[in-house]
Amino acid sequence: MKKILVLASLLLMYFGAFAQPGQDVEMADALRASGKIYVVIAIIVVIFVGLAIFLFSIDRRLKKLEKEK
Amino acid sequence: MSFIYKTWWKVLVVVTIIYTLFAGLMFGVPRLAILHETIRNLYFHVPMWMAMLTVFVISVIFSIRYLATGKEEYDLIAVECVNTGMLFYALGLVTGMIWAKFAWGAYWSGDPKQNSAAIAFLLYCAYLVLRNSIDEEQKRAKISAIYNIFAFPIMIVLIFILPRMTDSLHPGNGGNPGFNKYDLDSRMRVVVYPAFLAWSFLAIWIASLRYRIRLIEYKRNELN
Repeated sequence: MKKILVLASLLLMYFGAFAQPGQDVEMADALRASGKIYVVIAIIVVIFVGLAIFLFSIDRRLKKLEKEK
Repeated sequence: MSFIYKTWWKVLVVVTIIYTLFAGLMFGVPRLAILHETIRNLYFHVPMWMAMLTVFVISVIFSIRYLATGKEEYDLIAVECVNTGMLFYALGLVTGMIWAKFAWGAYWSGDPKQNSAAIAFLLYCAYLVLRNSIDEEQKRAKISAIYNIFAFPIMIVLIFILPRMTDSLHPGNGGNPGFNKYDLDSRMRVVVYPAFLAWSFLAIWIASLRYRIRLIEYKRNELN
């Protein structure tokens, strides 16, 4: 648990890096400014969390099977 | 080996990947023509290959250990690592093709990188076919271990060396690995390196689950 907290706090330290030099190349700025990109992130994260939970449940069932031996 | 039964690193893997999903879409990236926002694929396409490489390396290590010790478990680890590696191999190829459609103009342009990746894919398909064609267990383990040990360096040469010695659309050609052209700046590094690690360990996790299932099957067969 300690390791996880340390990692999480380290990751949070990167959140300051948003500077964007050179505005002449077309990027999805409007999309990001409107805030809707968060919807996409939310969906991707939900999908990945679902997969992760699935993997954890396989892990747990395997542990049960292994204990039976 | 007790490492694969622990939970803490799996939590860490999930947290790190969620971080890269968020950071990969939100953090700043260099503004480059043609690529535009697709440069963010670097956070998702390249880690597939790193994950594949990681499990293939583990597979080779356990093939060598199998030949040295003759322990059946090592053979099971080797084959499940290849199985998992093939999943990430396919994901890497498909994501690369989609990216190529929008960066190079076609899903498949016969680029040296694409062609040799396809050949190396068949090389590993042959490994799985070879395994399944031999019924006798020890013979199967021994032959496929030797095949695996030879297939790995050929795969490395095909994917990472030959395309770099010739003209290819794929970045990293002309002798330099991956990122020189995209000037992977520090904003991208804080996402891409955690992504490499996390996806590699996710592959190890999936491979370990498959190995544990196979171990149970193996023990059950042994009893019968």
